Amino acid sequence: MAQTPTALGRRGFLVGAGALGAGAVLTACTSNSSDDTTPAASSGNVKAGGTDNDAKGKAITIGFSAPQADHGWIGAITSNAKNQAGQYEDVTLDAVEGTNDVNQQISQVETLISKGVDIIVMLPFDGKALTETGIKAMEAGIPVVNLDRVFDSPQAARSWIGGDNYGMGAAAGRYVAEQMKAKNISNPIIAEVQGIASLPLTQDRSQGFADSLKAAGYKVSNQVSAEFTVESGQAVTANLLQAAKHIDALWNHDDDQGVGVMAAIDEAGRDEFIMVGGAGSKNVMDMIKADNTVIKATVTYPPSMASSAIKLARLIAQGKGMSDLVEVDVPNSITLSSATVTKENVDAYLPTAFES
Amino acid sequence: MSDQMSEPVASSQELAAEVTTDEQARVERAAEVAGESGPLQSVRRNEVLSAMLRNVGLVVVLILLAIIGTLTSDNFLTSDNLRNILVSSSVIGVVVVGMTFVIIGGGIDLSVGALVALASVWATTVATQDYGAAAMVACALLVGVGAGLVNGVLIAYGRLVPFIVTLAMLVSARGLAAKMADNRTQIVRVQTVIDIARKDVIGVPMLVVILAVVVAAGWVVLNRTTFGRRTFAIGGNPEAARLAGIDVRRHTASLYMLSGLCCGIAAVMLMARTTTGSSTHGNLYELDAIASVIIGGTLLSGGKGTLIGSILGVLVFQTITNIFILNNLATEVQMIAKGLIIVAAVLLQSRTTREAKT
Repeated sequence: MAQTPTALGRRGFLVGAGALGAGAVLTACTSNSSDDTTPAASSGNVKAGGTDNDAKGKAITIGFSAPQADHGWIGAITSNAKNQAGQYEDVTLDAVEGTNDVNQQISQVETLISKGVDIIVMLPFDGKALTETGIKAMEAGIPVVNLDRVFDSPQAARSWIGGDNYGMGAAAGRYVAEQMKAKNISNPIIAEVQGIASLPLTQDRSQGFADSLKAAGYKVSNQVSAEFTVESGQAVTANLLQAAKHIDALWNHDDDQGVGVMAAIDEAGRDEFIMVGGAGSKNVMDMIKADNTVIKATVTYPPSMASSAIKLARLIAQGKGMSDLVEVDVPNSITLSSATVTKENVDAYLPTAFES
Repeated sequence: MSDQMSEPVASSQELAAEVTTDEQARVERAAEVAGESGPLQSVRRNEVLSAMLRNVGLVVVLILLAIIGTLTSDNFLTSDNLRNILVSSSVIGVVVVGMTFVIIGGGIDLSVGALVALASVWATTVATQDYGAAAMVACALLVGVGAGLVNGVLIAYGRLVPFIVTLAMLVSARGLAAKMADNRTQIVRVQTVIDIARKDVIGVPMLVVILAVVVAAGWVVLNRTTFGRRTFAIGGNPEAARLAGIDVRRHTASLYMLSGLCCGIAAVMLMARTTTGSSTHGNLYELDAIASVIIGGTLLSGGKGTLIGSILGVLVFQTITNIFILNNLATEVQMIAKGLIIVAAVLLQSRTTREAKT
């Protein structure tokens, strides 16, 4: 596990994430906010108000910065954040245009700082490159909620909320191992289609996958890297299927590129293996539900985290704690749990799925 | 040059008939006037010879790669895998045909990847898909040609640098594609389109057939028609070409439209292969295409080159990728090795060419 020491502490806060989820479910039952701000498309990711935490507080402005919405997942992050902020009368969201240029993201966040927003929610394109900017905001007295991609220094953010890449790989590995055991395959050929290989998140996912498989006595036989795009998923998988004439299980890190992976599998007419997806797009969940393709499961990395980050930011800026926890302040770090979605439980997760 | 341009010696139709002898003689004379040494005829013959030798060099590289592939993986020399390499080459191969024309004609087209993306998105919108497969194909081709026309007009008539114009097109076409698709991946629901990537024509995948047809057509146009001869003339020496009575501006504009058309065809193929239209399609195609054209022996400054060389270049790249994945090698190593192999290929080519001359 090539992770920072803070990672373990983060996992400890899984409990916190669970509590947040429970709170969210509760809040969904009652509502005191206007419905007209909620587009139907992403209603599953937006919780209406209800608990103490949602009581109207002092009016605040939340600055929001994320990478360019060039694929489904990031697109869902941005729209979730906007929709969640729209739920609150006391929140004004100042969202800057998404960019994949770290230089531009730095200047955009600096603009937010000089505007004097109350709090900043930031999903950095590259956590390391934006760390200094996070510190700058904190020093200017503006708390930062770091969304998903981690800063280099704990000084750069008041709180962190994000997915569990290692846990996602581990969940995929456990599912694959279970299926192989159930099918009595002693020496399975297990293939892996990564996202961009140079990103730490990809390395964490692969590590988790390898560790889970190792525990079951298996290992990855073939590994290829795509680029999170449909076309790259298609291209590398076409070659992968040539490299491995027989596969027992395949894990694809990302459901956005998964459309291409599936196209390559169809084109080659292969169906001898089971496939597990990653992230949890609507399209993949629909296929799991229909159960007529090789894809049997996906491990989630829910973009609903952006809605939660807005909720956290609001609480921090208004000086509140989380009403379901005993502590006065919002926790420093919340790691979401990666769920394994199969045909059996897919209906529960479909509302959180995103369009790729 | 604008004033003289309006009175070409003969219209293109008239020229087409007697061009082989007449226009060539004029180009020759014009070239001499413009200060080029030696009779063009023999220069051309030498060029053809050296181009052939370059291609032989590339074939040698391909054979070496095939030997490496066969030695390192049992799965390399199977009909399935060779078919896979050809299919993988088909989409970028079609783009490379257009790129070869543009580069031989002395230009460059950086917008190809973005045009593929834009065409794929436009052709897969819900509205377009409602009209069926034929409309989707027509839409993709029209978008490609239309964007190529914009490039061509700005470059030829607006007299802007091709690098800048097509760079601007790269950015804006991808932006427009992302906007149209609302940053989502658009799934192709028309089975006829998907079938393009699934069906065979007498045992050969349809995508490979399309590539073969485009290459064959491109070869004929480049080597056996007035259009091709003019492309070489304009790329080699635009001033001489103009003096010979070629409408340089109109021809230049049509080269970019041709490249756009190839992008449209490639977009249809990619839609079929990936079953989607997306603004992320065709990412970095411009670099892959230019690299293939260059290692195929075409001069970046224009005037010299072969279509066959460019296609061999594509095959070299795809074979390298294939061998790396077959051997389960990491992406980083792939990138390093690709760079080294490009240099090796070009070195090998220039050696063969030089030896042939002495």
